[in-house]
This record gives sequence, structure tokens and C-alpha cells, in this order.
Amino acid sequence: MKKFKKAADNISEYASRGYEALSDDELFSSAEYRPEALEHLSNAGYSYWRSSLRIYLKNRTAMFFLCLIAITLFFTFIQPYLQNQKDPVRIYNDASGIQIRNRQPDSEFVFGTNAIGQDLWSRTWSGTRTSLFIGFTVACVEAFIGVFIGILWGYTRKLDFFFTEIYNIFDNIPQTLVLILISYVLRPSLKTIIFALCLTGWLTTARYIRNQVLIIRDRDYNLASRCLGTPARLIILRNLLPFLVSVITMRMAMAIPYAISNEVFVTYIGLGLPLNIPSLGNLIVSGIDKMMEPNLRYQLIFPTIVLSVVTVSFYIIGNAFADASDPKNHVV
Amino acid sequence: MESGLDTSAVGSAISLRMARGRRIPAAFISRRPARGITMTAYIIKRILRSIITLFLIITAVFFLLRLMPIEGYFNNYEKMSPTQVRVGLANLGLNKPVHIQLFTFLKGILGGDLGVSNRYRVKYPIIRLIASKMPLSVEIGIMAVCLGLTAGVPLGILMARSARGRGRFKLWDKFGTAIVVLVEAIPASVYYLFIQIYGTELINKFIPLPMLFDESKAITWALPVFSLSLGTMAWCAMWIRRYMADESTKDYVMLARAKGVPPSVIFRRHIFRNAFVPVVQGLPSMLLLTLVGSLYVESRYSIPGMGGLLVDVIKRQDNTVVQALVLVYSAVSILGLLLGDIAMALLDPRIRLAGKGETR
Repeated sequence: MKKFKKAADNISEYASRGYEALSDDELFSSAEYRPEALEHLSNAGYSYWRSSLRIYLKNRTAMFFLCLIAITLFFTFIQPYLQNQKDPVRIYNDASGIQIRNRQPDSEFVFGTNAIGQDLWSRTWSGTRTSLFIGFTVACVEAFIGVFIGILWGYTRKLDFFFTEIYNIFDNIPQTLVLILISYVLRPSLKTIIFALCLTGWLTTARYIRNQVLIIRDRDYNLASRCLGTPARLIILRNLLPFLVSVITMRMAMAIPYAISNEVFVTYIGLGLPLNIPSLGNLIVSGIDKMMEPNLRYQLIFPTIVLSVVTVSFYIIGNAFADASDPKNHVV
Repeated sequence: MESGLDTSAVGSAISLRMARGRRIPAAFISRRPARGITMTAYIIKRILRSIITLFLIITAVFFLLRLMPIEGYFNNYEKMSPTQVRVGLANLGLNKPVHIQLFTFLKGILGGDLGVSNRYRVKYPIIRLIASKMPLSVEIGIMAVCLGLTAGVPLGILMARSARGRGRFKLWDKFGTAIVVLVEAIPASVYYLFIQIYGTELINKFIPLPMLFDESKAITWALPVFSLSLGTMAWCAMWIRRYMADESTKDYVMLARAKGVPPSVIFRRHIFRNAFVPVVQGLPSMLLLTLVGSLYVESRYSIPGMGGLLVDVIKRQDNTVVQALVLVYSAVSILGLLLGDIAMALLDPRIRLAGKGETR
């Protein structure tokens, strides 16, 4: 036993030092036969998460956007608690009691005021919060339903036919249409938008998950687990889910910009949130009314900049993460 | 993504379907070996599925209609007495039992009758409304698709070449990726707007250009067509680059290179042809969707087309027209996907081979 351990140490020493470290004599002398060495398993220190992280960290663009979005998110959430912040829905009057309409950006109103005298700075951040709330909620619901159905679909052989047919039928329905119809029939509100977006989004997630599950479920170690009598619940939780994390995260990162643009879309066609709930959608749509007057364009430009930063960041982070977590890109 | 791309007829056609926003055609493993599945059977199956989908949508739209506010059926609901409303609903046939209504509704659709408008243009047949709006949408849409393809395909090729090339900075690849990311990630509503504002200002410096569309002035066609083509362009460039990058590392390309086939021939005959097949799948959808026009562009530039019409009738709450347009829209999208899948199944040689034997 002791001898075996020593041999294994030797091997790992070679591996860690690399062959360059060996002298020529050592390299070209014939090796002695060691049966224990045949048993030695080398995984070259591979760890899925470490490799993913390493590849991700190497991607400078993605890191830049990760920092950018982290700062934006942080700021969005602490903004109401900062000093001297204004109320997003209050109408501000000047000393003589007249509304401060269309004030250009200055030190008091950083992003200026809108046509009825509301502070655009606080409205923009409040709107970003609303839009992010929609985005995150939709992403979470999509991930939850998608993973649940996807695992059921991929893991249970008997349900495969049923779910595949259902998928093939429902996948043909244009998502925009569902969004329009639901928003048209129900009263425009946060719930309506979230509901309409959740209704269709999980289909794609479920398919991605199902494909992954099908690939992984019959690998040898899962077969071994099943033979040893591991309950299906544990196989799914311990053996399958860790492999799905990358797909789930990628889908969630992509769902957020998608949800945010859809919110802008329904607002644009007149089915969006009421004006007393600021959102990026209705800020942009009310900014559109002002776009013909060049000196009032700030009302459109500020919200769109924030919106673009958020959507582009999530898009790039999602893609970079998907690349990084793809084991094909992991060089051992 | 795992690379278990399977080549059975059903599997590939589904996995390679590309909708915007889907990053990579996911590996899709068919539920059984594709031995029995022939092309005809696949196409018939695919058509049946589309019909079921369409039927489901029609039924869903019909039942959702019952939930719509009834003022959407009348032009002057505010001034009407309850009796008038009841008589009006009876005239529209809305007080009959639901199954009879559904039946009449389906019969009307099969006969090409989509009903009449009640608010947008009183008592005007919707089918004629649509017929008068469609040609302009199609004209603009086709121009945009052509422009998008002629710009997107070369851009994709340039990107793929520079990504594999020896250039240190891969400028084309970076430039193209930046465009694709911007177009894909920023909502269309936003960049359309900026194109409208700054594009008009820019062109105005050289030739006078009104902000809104005017069918008789050719120059006003430029910006709407350009805006619409961006989506197609980014989509094309992205997929061509991705597939070409994938194809160019495949064994058959290596073999051709080893045989001494000139790079330009390898590129044209092998890589490009194979990479273009999946893009063909998206074409029918793209062309057909020009029928319904673009919601944003048409209403931004006041183009009297189908897309602008949908926004108008939603704002005026004209239930019957919304319903008819939703049906037209879904029929068109479903037909587009169907034709795309069939084109794909017919074109892709890998799928044709799949019927003959074991695929996995």
C-alpha cells in the first residue's frame, strides 16, 4: 500500500513538474514496470466550474459588461435611498407654483423634467427597476417551468411523445401575437405583461433542457446510479441539474433583454403600463412625442441609453457565459 | 451546447429551425431511429401539425374574444342605451350559444369572410381593408429583405473569413459582431426611432426629406426600407458566420484542402453551400412576413400598410379587425415556418440520407 502511494506521488510529481523539468537521462532511460501506475487516474486537475470561470474571465468584453451591469444594477437599487432624490411620480412646481415643464438637464434635475414637471432622473431609475423586475420575474418563471417540464420531458420516456407533439404544435404560435392578444384582452398592468411573456417563453427553455437531459441521462455514471438503486429524485438533483446550470443561466440572461424589449413593444402599440408606474417602455414612448423638437430630445435619449446598456450587457454576458460553460471550449 | 446534432428527418428540421433570439440550434435527438420516416410522411405530418396549430389559435382567439370589452363592437357605445346594446349584439350574432357562434365563425373563415369593421371604418368588410393595405407592405418588405440579404450574406462571409484568417485584429469579425449584437440586443423600437430622427436630419443636409412616408417620393422609401433590412441583415450575417465557422473545420473540408483544391473553390463549393442551407429555412418566413408588414416602421413613418393598421385598430379597440388581423398574422407565420421546414428537408442532403439507415 505504501509503495503504491509512493508511485502515485511520483507520477503526480511528473505531471506537475512537466516533462521539461526532467533531465535527458531520466527522459530517455527505460521506465520500470509498475502495475500500480496502470490504476492511477489522472484528471489533470480539471474542474468544470473552474474552467468555465477561467474562460469567462479571459473574455475581456464580457468582463467589462459584467462590471457595467453590476454597477448599473447596484445603482438602480440604492438610488431611492440616496440623499436628495426626487419622487418619480410627483409633479414639481417652481416658486410661483407653476409646474416645471420640460426643464433642461441641470444640477437640480440631472436628466431634466418631462412635459408635466416630473423628475426624469428618478423616473428613469424607477423605470429601470420596473423593467428589470419584469425581466427577472419572467426569467425566473421561465426557468422554473422550463426546467420542470424539460426534465419531465427528457427523463420520462413515456411522456416524450406527448410533450414533443405538444411542443411542435405550440412552437408554431408567434410569441408577439400571444403578447398582443393577452394585453388586448386583459387590462394593461404589470401582471398582464408578466403573464403574457411567461406564457410562451418557457417552451424554448424546456426544449433546451430536454435535449441536455436526453444526452446526459444514459451516461454510464447515471446508469450506475440507477443500478445501485438511487431514487430518480436524487439522480435528477445531483447528477443532472449541475449540468443544466449553464443552459439555465444562459436562457435566463437572454430572457431579460427579451422581456424588456417586449415591454417597450406593448407600450408602443398602446397596451403597456399606465403612466403612474414608470417603466422604460412608457418613458421611451412618451419621449417619442418630444423627438420632433431637438432641444427636448434628452427626454428620449436618457431612457434609451439606460435601456441599451441593460439589454446589451445581458445579451453579451449570456452569450459569453454560454460559450464559457460549453465543455467543448474547455481545453484541459 | 452539446454537439449531438442528430440527422434524422424530424430531429434536424426541428433543431435547425432558427428563430431570432435562439442562440444555437440545440441538439435534438429524435425519439426513435428515423428508419421508417420518409420525406412524404414527414411533410404530411408537418402540414397536419400546422393545421392543428392554426385551429388551436382560431379557437383560442374566439374564446378570448368573449372576454373583450363589448364597447369594442360599437362605434358610439357611450351614447347607447342598454336595449340598443342588446339589439346591436344580437345583430352581430353574439347572443347565440357559444358552440353555434364558433361554428359560424369557422365557416366564415373557411369562406374567406373575416367579418366587418365596427369602429375603424363602420360596416367595411375587413377582407377588403386588408387587400387595400397589403400591397404596399409587401413592396417595402420585399425590398427590405433583398437589401438585408445582399448586405447580410457578404457581411457574414467577411466575418467568417476574418475570424479564421491570419489577421491579428480580426477587424471584420469584430465590426460585424458589434453590429449583430447591437441589432439583436437593443429593441427594434429604439433603433428604428434613432434611424428616423438622425437619418432624416442627415439626408436633409443634402436633399430635402420629409420625416413621414410619401409613396410618390422615392427618397422617403429609403429610411423605412433600411430600418427594416437591419434585422434581416444581422440575422443572416450571424448565422452565415456561425455555420461557416463550423463547416470550415469539418473533415471533408480538410480532405479537400489536402487534395489541393484551391481555397476559393473549397469556399464556394463546400463551405458556403453547406452553410447557406440552414439560412434558406428562414427565407419563407421572412418573405411571408412582409405580408403583414412591420408594426413599428409602418406606424412611425405613417405608411398606410398592414402593420400600421394593427396598431391603429388596437388603439381604437376595434375587436373584429384585431381578431381578423391576428388570424391573418398567425396563418402567415405558421405557413412561413411550414415552408421553411419543408424547404430545409428537401434541400439538406443529410436529411435525405437519414431515411436509409441507422443515424445514430
